[in-house]
Amino acid sequence: MMTIPISQSVGRYQVARFTDSIGRSRWLRLLLTGASLLLYPALAAAQMPTVPASAAPSDDGQWTMPAKNYAATRYSSLDEINGANVGKLQVAFAFSTGVDHGQEAAPIVANNTMFIVTPYPNNVFALDLTKPGAPIKWSYQPRPAAASQGVACCDVVNRGAAYSDGKLFFNTLDDNTIALDAETGTVLWKTKLGDINTGETITMAPLVVNGKVLVGNSGGELGVRGWLAALDATTGNILWRAYATGPDKDVLIGPGFRSFYPSDNGTDLGVKTWPTDAWKTGGGTMWGWIAYDPDLNLIYYGTGNPGPWNQEQRPGDNKWTTTLFARNPDTGAAKWALQYNPHDQHDYDGINEHILVDMTVDGNPRRVLLHPDRNGHLYVVDRESGEIISAKPYGYVNSVLGIDLKTGRPVMNPDKLTKVGTVVHDICPTASGLKDWNPSAFSPSTGLMYIPHENLCMDWKSRPVSYIAGTPFVGAEVVTKAGPGGNRGEFTAWDPVAGKAVWTIKEDLPLWSGTMATAGGLVFYGTMDGWFKAVDARTGELKWQFKTGSGIIGQPVAYRGPDGHQYVAILSGVGGWAGAIVSGDLDPRDPTGALGMTGVMADLKTKTAPGGTLYVFALPKS
Amino acid sequence: MSSPCRNPERRAAATRLVPFALVAVLAVAATNASAQQDAAPEAQHGPKEVFVTGLFPNGGTAPPRDPIGARFEGNKSAIAAGKELFGQMNCTGCHFNGGGGMGPALMSGHWRYGGRIDQVYASIAQGRPNGMPSWQDSLQPQQMWELAAYVKSLATSASSSVSQTAVPGTSVKP
Repeated sequence: MMTIPISQSVGRYQVARFTDSIGRSRWLRLLLTGASLLLYPALAAAQMPTVPASAAPSDDGQWTMPAKNYAATRYSSLDEINGANVGKLQVAFAFSTGVDHGQEAAPIVANNTMFIVTPYPNNVFALDLTKPGAPIKWSYQPRPAAASQGVACCDVVNRGAAYSDGKLFFNTLDDNTIALDAETGTVLWKTKLGDINTGETITMAPLVVNGKVLVGNSGGELGVRGWLAALDATTGNILWRAYATGPDKDVLIGPGFRSFYPSDNGTDLGVKTWPTDAWKTGGGTMWGWIAYDPDLNLIYYGTGNPGPWNQEQRPGDNKWTTTLFARNPDTGAAKWALQYNPHDQHDYDGINEHILVDMTVDGNPRRVLLHPDRNGHLYVVDRESGEIISAKPYGYVNSVLGIDLKTGRPVMNPDKLTKVGTVVHDICPTASGLKDWNPSAFSPSTGLMYIPHENLCMDWKSRPVSYIAGTPFVGAEVVTKAGPGGNRGEFTAWDPVAGKAVWTIKEDLPLWSGTMATAGGLVFYGTMDGWFKAVDARTGELKWQFKTGSGIIGQPVAYRGPDGHQYVAILSGVGGWAGAIVSGDLDPRDPTGALGMTGVMADLKTKTAPGGTLYVFALPKS
Repeated sequence: MSSPCRNPERRAAATRLVPFALVAVLAVAATNASAQQDAAPEAQHGPKEVFVTGLFPNGGTAPPRDPIGARFEGNKSAIAAGKELFGQMNCTGCHFNGGGGMGPALMSGHWRYGGRIDQVYASIAQGRPNGMPSWQDSLQPQQMWELAAYVKSLATSASSSVSQTAVPGTSVKP
């Protein structure tokens, strides 16, 4: 079945088969001259990507899921706040979450109520937006097991709730999914999905599709076997669960499964691409984002890294870790898969967002998804077939020489492969990737994707590790450091049609916050020392910034308040993997701490302090 | 292992142990001093009484240190054995080389549940409520003393500015 599409792809993409670092440095220089900026509008007008309307219906002024819509654009069509007046933006109200760990959640807005979920202990607050100061409407304390904190790899974060049909759904660190009555906070159901004694936690934000709540697990650093489950939104009953490793029947791979690339086809690859039984402790967890195309009735999500990090203990492709799956949300059946990083050697999880857009490729309309992978490449993938249309580096990468469009597989730099007993120096990007979980946005107004990311490299030494259930299963010692140029973060505006950056903002600290674009021509993001920024969506020019109480690693949102005006909200509160040095009070003298993150983040303790505060901004009342 | 809550009967039991323990310490002290630093101490059981608070109402006092701890603390053989175990039991996955991660830092000199070697032993054996697993069913007292000795050494060597860097860093060459 595979020969026909492959031969087509070879013909079409022969020239661009290998993306490489040389090309990348050339476009960086071009950017600095500003030449591409001048050329950009004319090019973009011709073939600007559009967002499928079924996955991104017209904006009702609410923000009911962290990614804003099924297409995961994180784009608000509200334009009251724009480049001309954003300088006057001011705090409308603030609210303490009472928890001083990393605040990665997106505030959720529905029915004139704002919902926030805190990091562990995962308290939920509903704030009444119709009243001055947005007082607490109700709150709920799930009281998860305290011991769950000990098996959460990278701070005790929670990435948010989801609202659907009068219910609020969220996950707890100790592996429960809970549905609350959004009006009263009453528990409608609570379903236990995992066991912390296997190292399993849940940190992701659920997505509700076709009356099903989709939930995945965390624990890729503890040998947890990854899965995505669908729960009945009405009852909480588990309808299906698709594992990332193991036999096809567990992965929900059946007769209808057909991947684009040969190495992603075969029987029981989730067993055969591992040493005996290693798939049982092989990771592939799902702690990131899910997108949904209602027209194709397919969900899209990527799985996490294989375990252990020491690759010598798991020869083989290690399917289906670091893999993009397209599945039917009603049955869980996989339609196709694309393994981004077969036999991952660098902790390049595949869980980052997939943004759904339609765009013209070589004169043909294509339904695609955009995925900035941890391996540093921006994948444009046909979301019907799973074919990679292009994959280009969006920052400095030396571990991957390029993506072979004939096989779909990365071409690895042999000098940057990891080994037991040998320190491999200066692997770029680092284990947390050129970009980690913090999601990008896509603006249909500019046709650009806005990517908050990192510029970090690492030294890596593997060592043997034994599996002990409920303990870390890593087997590597890592020291992270700043990438070329010394700036640890970058904010990149990316043209998915041209396959290149339009502008890049260098940030001193790694960017660990999500981003949001608006019809007001602005893009919002935060920095780990607490600045909340609005920049011009076309030029990257800083238009406004506000210093919040702690570092920002959250997800900005916008909504229309009961007064008819636009508001912008963000949770401030440092933490997460990169910020654990502050939220966990780690000791920077050990640069291997926090999976190699403490050394490069040593100065963060001098730049911010733990906290947890919601900030909501608006223009002054005239 | 006892609960932090003390009662007179237990205290009396601990006091009765002291003379025997002193004999043991003196016996070790009689050997060559450098050999004492290097020789591997042995233990069949954990500390008799451990507290995790600094509050002792109504004029109470902390229970006496179990002398077993002194045999392990600072002992090179015990520290080396403990370091080995620290890797084997995946302690490094949470605490790394003392800087911490999923678990707290062990080199900072700040101890949530007490920094005496018998208190460190108790944390390893019993576990602690915010995520420290209990190891007393998986490890022998001897091993837990060795681990405690290694953990204690992390803070000691950090305070004397000994580098904990296991992987030498280098500059990135773009």
